[in-house]
Amino acid sequence: MSSEQKSMSIIVTKGSLDWAYPPFILATTAAAMGLPVTMFFTFYGLPLLFKKLDLQVTAAGNTAMKMPMMGMHMALPNLMTAIPGVDAACSVMMKNLIKKKGVASIEDLREMAVEAEVRMIACQMTLDLFEYSKDDMIDGIEIGGAATYIECATQADINLFI
Amino acid sequence: MADHTLDAKGLNCPLPILKARKALREVPAGGTLEILATDPGAVADFEAFCRQTGNELVEHSLDDKIYRFLIKHTAS
Repeated sequence: MSSEQKSMSIIVTKGSLDWAYPPFILATTAAAMGLPVTMFFTFYGLPLLFKKLDLQVTAAGNTAMKMPMMGMHMALPNLMTAIPGVDAACSVMMKNLIKKKGVASIEDLREMAVEAEVRMIACQMTLDLFEYSKDDMIDGIEIGGAATYIECATQADINLFI
Repeated sequence: MADHTLDAKGLNCPLPILKARKALREVPAGGTLEILATDPGAVADFEAFCRQTGNELVEHSLDDKIYRFLIKHTAS
């Protein structure tokens, strides 16, 4: 192991199925490599701490999204992303791909993050703003604000905003 | 012969690494863990994992699309 202990923090701001991956992949992998990890969940990232997850792809938010289909890559015309049901259809496709390609589910990655003692902080302000309750969230998380995060970030070698 | 074998075939990043981390806990110090994987990204990842954690990547090979890694548990 390197002579000094490195650590990492991640600000998690997005809560769609696709955007939930980078923070949980990096957090679990860093923890597996021996780094203490802190995740700070704020704004749309906060619902990733809910006990029950029902994550969807938001096609309108990913204007360059292409999906493999029948040996090609299909882009969705951006106007179509506003049609009801398109997000649901994209989410089903994405979840099928995830399973087929042996990619972990967000639920599994989150469980592994909890097991690896990744520190998870829920943003108090976001809880108030969107009227969420800590009771709806998984056990073992902390509640904190910007100062809590900044204190952690000053100690960390890697600070990511996702 | 490795002390433990982990079958990570069909699993994608970062699962082979996460499962290897877990499996290494069951391997006594000085013991070896064999990992079988099909993820081509696992080669660079296991090299980085071992450099960072201080475990020794004794060997890795590719046979019929299956990657085999042998890690010696040398770190705490």
